[in-house]
Amino acid sequence: MNKFAISDLRVTYSDDVEALHGITLEIPANSITVLFGPAGGGKSTLLRTLNRLNDLSDIKSVSGSASLVNQDSSQLDLLDPKLDVIGLRRRVSMVFARPIVLPMTIRENLTYGLTLAGERNPGRLADAVERSLQKSALWDEVKDRLDEPAVSLSGGQQQRLCLARSLALDPEVIMLDEPTSGLDPISTTKVEASLQELKENYTIILVPHSIQQAARTADQAAFLLQGHLIEYTEGKELFLNPHDKRTQDYVEGRFG
Amino acid sequence: MTIRPNSSSARRNLVQTIGFSGLTVLAILTVLPIFFVVVYIFVKGISAISLDFLTGFPTDGMRSGGIYPAILGTVILTFGTAIAAVPLGIAASIYLSEYAADNRWTRMIRISIVSLAGIPSVVYGLFGLGVFVLFLGTGTSILAASLTLGIMTLPVVISTAEEAMRAVPQSFRVVSISLGGTKWQTIRRIVIPQSVSGILTGVILGLERAAGETAPILFTGAAFYLPTLPTSAMDETMALPYHLYVISTQVPGMPSSIQFGTALVLLFLVLSLNLLATVIRSRARRRRMW
Repeated sequence: MNKFAISDLRVTYSDDVEALHGITLEIPANSITVLFGPAGGGKSTLLRTLNRLNDLSDIKSVSGSASLVNQDSSQLDLLDPKLDVIGLRRRVSMVFARPIVLPMTIRENLTYGLTLAGERNPGRLADAVERSLQKSALWDEVKDRLDEPAVSLSGGQQQRLCLARSLALDPEVIMLDEPTSGLDPISTTKVEASLQELKENYTIILVPHSIQQAARTADQAAFLLQGHLIEYTEGKELFLNPHDKRTQDYVEGRFG
Repeated sequence: MTIRPNSSSARRNLVQTIGFSGLTVLAILTVLPIFFVVVYIFVKGISAISLDFLTGFPTDGMRSGGIYPAILGTVILTFGTAIAAVPLGIAASIYLSEYAADNRWTRMIRISIVSLAGIPSVVYGLFGLGVFVLFLGTGTSILAASLTLGIMTLPVVISTAEEAMRAVPQSFRVVSISLGGTKWQTIRRIVIPQSVSGILTGVILGLERAAGETAPILFTGAAFYLPTLPTSAMDETMALPYHLYVISTQVPGMPSSIQFGTALVLLFLVLSLNLLATVIRSRARRRRMW
């Protein structure tokens, strides 16, 4: 079953730069979809279209179509100007490249999104804290220091806290934009392992920080180059037998 | 080319030492006048300070007795200024920092605020006289004086509060929005708590200036001498800076200890506010989590 259906999506920034030149792809649920390619390919723009964080950027125009497929197979038009973006962002959450912990305690970081939505029940909040930390494999490391400032955690722990913070909202989709670019290999391994478990219950879209990571994690992979979708295939096919010359050159490290 | 280390390192070290010493001396020079003023006023005025001086009314044509009505008046005017300036100032700074787009309209608002800060205080006094006292018919009163001081204080409050809010990293806002926060929730739960110390510092510094001003209240609410305390916002009041002006220039045969005693009390009030701002700032810095 598909989670997103995107067709001929074009996004133009206010300086008249078209960041996406007609992207068409479908993103399946309960798997890891990898978007990769050199900088400026439009990966972040695509992610930010899917949860409407682009509303904060200087976007001039968006055309084509992009929709989120609901449980009952009905479709939610993501480009609708009247869309409930608050509700959308709770369903489609985002982890950023740098771990951005909010200036609060570890616990408050995790409950922030829920309290924004009006959750006050201490039992349910505590439950969400533990569950989300378990899922991001951070519980054992922080369970005794939940009321310490989140910045006191190491970089790797902070990024897993950011993942947990997204999970606390119980979203359907988790988008990660180069989540391990600032992390050491051990932390990176932990995050990747979490993703493999999480895909059972969530749809994951990952912008990897290296081709190696793309190859390790992808259930399907899309190669984006300068706003064009060059190639999109299942599994490791893209890395083993790329059809397009440009994909092959990039995967083999001839440019990038 | 050969590199000769140490060829001039002794010389460069000497230059460094001279430069550093020079800057230290200059830094000390900037502190000296403040130090001198405080010590001078303290030495000349401390003899006048007594419980009667702080709690009593002036007597004998202000040549003896206390300055209680002036102290109370300055405290009242400072609160009045806060009521007039703080809510409006903070609202304006939230608008400028969080909502305003960078366009001609916003630039005009900013220029106006900067210009407001540059207007001489006596002009505010005349403005208050024209608009509040005469046009709006408040008469010379605590109300008119507070509003006048409030308008004078607004630019300080707005620009420091806006700066404090802008210093909150943009990434916090993006994260808050991405977790399903509305703009207002983000402002209330992230931006304001993280900038509250900067906002308070701006407010206190603005009030401190207002507390020490004479010209804006001269035509709007300050009285030369009143035998009773004000009972409503429509009454005139005595105030420390104006009282100091009066007893320094208008009253023949004034004992200088009373003049310096009054100056000492005013200085103490203003410096206490300053100290409060410093304490708030350093406490917030210790609690900061980024």
